[in-house]
Amino acid sequence: MKNFEEAARYHEEFIKGLWKENPVFVAVLGMCPALAVTNTAINGLAMGGATLFVLTFSSLLVSSFRRYIPKEVRITTFVIIIATFVTIVDFLLQAFLPAIHKELGAFVALIVVNCLILGRQEAFSFKNPIRLAMVDALGMALGFTFALFCLGAIREILGNGSLFGVSLFGPSFEPWIVMILPPGGFLSLGFLLLFFNWLKQRQEQKQSLVYLADAVAEVAEKKDSIISLKRGV
Amino acid sequence: MAADLLWIFISAMVINNFTLYYFLGLCPFFGVSDRISTALRMGLANIFVLLITAFCAWFLNTYVLSHAPYLRLISFIIVIASTVQFVEMAIKKMSPVLFKALGIFLPLITTNCAILGLALFATNKGYGLLEGLVYALGAGGGLTLALVIMAGIREESKLLEIPKVIEGTALNLIIAGILSMAFMGFAGLFSTS
Repeated sequence: MKNFEEAARYHEEFIKGLWKENPVFVAVLGMCPALAVTNTAINGLAMGGATLFVLTFSSLLVSSFRRYIPKEVRITTFVIIIATFVTIVDFLLQAFLPAIHKELGAFVALIVVNCLILGRQEAFSFKNPIRLAMVDALGMALGFTFALFCLGAIREILGNGSLFGVSLFGPSFEPWIVMILPPGGFLSLGFLLLFFNWLKQRQEQKQSLVYLADAVAEVAEKKDSIISLKRGV
Repeated sequence: MAADLLWIFISAMVINNFTLYYFLGLCPFFGVSDRISTALRMGLANIFVLLITAFCAWFLNTYVLSHAPYLRLISFIIVIASTVQFVEMAIKKMSPVLFKALGIFLPLITTNCAILGLALFATNKGYGLLEGLVYALGAGGGLTLALVIMAGIREESKLLEIPKVIEGTALNLIIAGILSMAFMGFAGLFSTS
């Protein structure tokens, strides 16, 4: 029974980052990289992967040393740990994927100031055991990657007529150049959030309709029972 | 020389605006842009920190990092954060009025991506001290401009009846997108023909 509960806890911590507390779509964290490098799907994925690496290893380190890090200097310590892993990922990308490193430019280094990463250390890794912290970090980072991929795919499909460099619509498609330029980043995230708001509002309306129907049914039932009581009298 | 400096300034301020072109410093852009007066103070505090940053970056690059370039990120972050902290204490002692105007924003700004972004861009472009300072001034001016325009639009939009679906972040993002499109018009300002 205890094992089952524990598994459920891990599952919950993992799954929350993917959708319910998605860092980009719900919490609107880490917007700088989310908007700056998502002009193609592959760039979005690469940025997500780099963030995944940094977040997971930082969480591992912060969580393992959480008893030894003095509370007063914890933020500085987090920042140094994060900066170390960002430097590593920067050099790794430069060595193995130079083309992508060139595309992302200074934004790889700017992962250091991604508030999502610092936020997870402060809110979760510093207070939780290693395995739980890793699960949380993985979930959040995958959610972030998913959001970046969505944005990148939307912008690439509309702005370039292609996905992963493969042309989708043929030569007659007129690309919406603005989508791969900076305004496209703001607009596509804005309209995505608008879409999610709309879905949520619809769901709430449906929910309230269900409540209303329940309430009506309850009143009707009471009326019936009162009538039958009266008849009995 | 002067023409070069002017070019750096204008380019950082409007053409490659930090907020609307590079997406740097979005947190304050959406966070404190609901009143013009606050936005203006935030912008000034930003310019101030950016100038300190440009100086720190130049100093580190010239005297320290040529021997150990792999320490660049870590040293930038630590040095900038601590310098700003020191300057904040100094201002608190010397000019309480200025501290009151900029105070609460200073420590927040240190972890703003615009600050680290400026240090990295200035390094990548190989700017010297003077060029770096002018670049910082331009970037800060651009941030302030974007912040104040955004705050102005949001102050106006408070008086309007906005559908509930679009309220909040979605609306702000779409406004920012339109602003960014407007700023793209500056792209051909100094085209060298």
